[in-house]
Amino acid sequence: MSETVIEIANLRFRWSPASEFCLGIPCFAAQAGERIFLYGPSGSGKSTLLGLLGGVLVPEEGRINLLGTELTQLRSSSRDRFRADHVGFLFQQFNLVPYLSVIDNVLLSCRFSARRTARATASGGSLHDEARRLLAHLDLEESLHRREVTRLSVGQQQRVAAARALIGSPEIVIADEPTSSLDAERQEAFLTLLSGECAATGSTLLFVSHDRRLAAGFDRELSLASISHTAVNEAA
Amino acid sequence: MSSLLFLAARSAWNRRLTLGMTLISVALSVTLLLAVERVRHEARASFAQSVAGTDLVVGARSSPVQLMLYAVFRLGEATNNIRWPSYRAIADNPAVAWAIPLSLGDSHHGFPVIGTSPAYFEHFHYGDSQALAFSAGKPFADLFDAVLGAEVAERLGYHVGDRIVLNHGMGEVSLAEHTDKPFTVVGILARTGTPLDRSVHIGLQAMEAIHLDWQGGAPLPGLAIPAEYVRKFDLTPKEITAVLVGLKSRAAVFKVQRQINAYAAEPLLAVLPGVALDQLWQVVAMAERTLLAVSAMVVAVGLCGLVAVVLASLGERRRELAILRSVGARPLEVFLLLSAEGLFITALGALLGLALLTLLTAVLGPLAQAHFGLAIRATWISSDELILLAAVVGIGLIASLLPGYRAYRLSLADGLMPRL
Repeated sequence: MSETVIEIANLRFRWSPASEFCLGIPCFAAQAGERIFLYGPSGSGKSTLLGLLGGVLVPEEGRINLLGTELTQLRSSSRDRFRADHVGFLFQQFNLVPYLSVIDNVLLSCRFSARRTARATASGGSLHDEARRLLAHLDLEESLHRREVTRLSVGQQQRVAAARALIGSPEIVIADEPTSSLDAERQEAFLTLLSGECAATGSTLLFVSHDRRLAAGFDRELSLASISHTAVNEAA
Repeated sequence: MSSLLFLAARSAWNRRLTLGMTLISVALSVTLLLAVERVRHEARASFAQSVAGTDLVVGARSSPVQLMLYAVFRLGEATNNIRWPSYRAIADNPAVAWAIPLSLGDSHHGFPVIGTSPAYFEHFHYGDSQALAFSAGKPFADLFDAVLGAEVAERLGYHVGDRIVLNHGMGEVSLAEHTDKPFTVVGILARTGTPLDRSVHIGLQAMEAIHLDWQGGAPLPGLAIPAEYVRKFDLTPKEITAVLVGLKSRAAVFKVQRQINAYAAEPLLAVLPGVALDQLWQVVAMAERTLLAVSAMVVAVGLCGLVAVVLASLGERRRELAILRSVGARPLEVFLLLSAEGLFITALGALLGLALLTLLTAVLGPLAQAHFGLAIRATWISSDELILLAAVVGIGLIASLLPGYRAYRLSLADGLMPRL
């Protein structure tokens, strides 16, 4: 458990050369399989950090190393390809493409990544079987698979989105407040499912939330404010 | 790429109602554009087909276009006639091979009646120099014989041997009828696709005979000459409407034209059919261009609507685009996804428009033929139409780049977090 999956050093980002730096992370690292809770109230630069990790934003200074690949050295299309192959994203709400079926929403991750297609096929026998297996693990019964995604409850939608983030076993899963639209009871259940699936595939989970009460089951709890602008590194 | 097509198709299907209406508007505008082009093309072809092998058309002095219109296309009426001696002078010109006299003015159920000589069936040519052929019967020989164009026989259900009554003057309903002197149908011409199909042909003498007891467009009261007695009169016409002239040598055409135009006894006009047609097209070209411009505008409106619809959908699709970005879609792929939609609708609209036009020509073509003698054939697409279609799709492609580019900018700015 010592392989470093995410490594950030001396990172500084601002939206334009005229504006102030809005994010500065001197040092941050996450190990393979780690489950990290990142506390970030709105306005703390959370979205910016996700954009940087996803490779859709580029820092002005510093480096971001994911799985040994220097993200800042890649061209933008290679960063997009890297994200497709290695990172699963899970957002706050409205995570699903409205015109696709439940299964097609899950398989969306594989459409842009041959690597994840291959891994999902290897794991489940076929893409559809793997999607169904993941959905079943996330407590979505078979009868819901054919329902229009817009007619699923918010909790069901988030579990479909989780299946999409997890299919093809990406090394990194980044979740941005995926439970904020769920009630307390369902939050708990969802977190357990998500953590369980990440553990099963060995994915590193970076869970970003403004709600500290959710931090209980994680390996590590960090505050974005504490890693940002300061040299504090609470690496385990 | 197949992923993108899959997504584009699913997305489009999800918005099938809006896009369907847009598709219909593009298709209809393309139909209009192609219809204008096709009618233009076919009208020209039809006019050009109407006369062949005739070197000069001669009539009373008026404009060349007007002379062509009434003498060859049976459109409009002659303002003046030419006197019989003038016709003789033209026919006796040593350079002239044949001269067909035409006498117009009467009608039969709205179809024009032409008084002419048997030389008509021998010398008149149409299309690519095709001679007239009979589908039934033979040319007129006796005084009250009539030869019908194919359309007349078909529409009115006439056969060889039927008796018909001619009307005085033009028009569907006529108050004055030549009831006392009925004609016998002796021949029916094969279809030519020219105004000839809509004509009833009788002899010049017959034309004279039915008007013997008429004056000023009405029967003379108290003077009724029975059909059996008219043969005793001199039936040489005093006036005719126009003459179609064939020369022994085409080289003499300008010389003969000058001679006729300079004829001292009466002001005459001789025109070369090709030259007069060119003049006609110059007159019509302005209207054609206007029509084409209007229909091009309609296509532009259709494409603007398409772009507006795709652009409007972008607002509600920003979250979807962010999701696509998060699973690894490149901004370029987002660009293609949105551009493909507009291009696909334009291309499909162009094809639908063409299909609709083909359907319309198949259904309305015979009507146009019957009412205007205008042969709109259900032809396969012409090269001009192909160019128009390609232009529409090309402009559609360029127009579709706009929503594509907008989506590209949005997805770059939004990244994974749509700012809504």
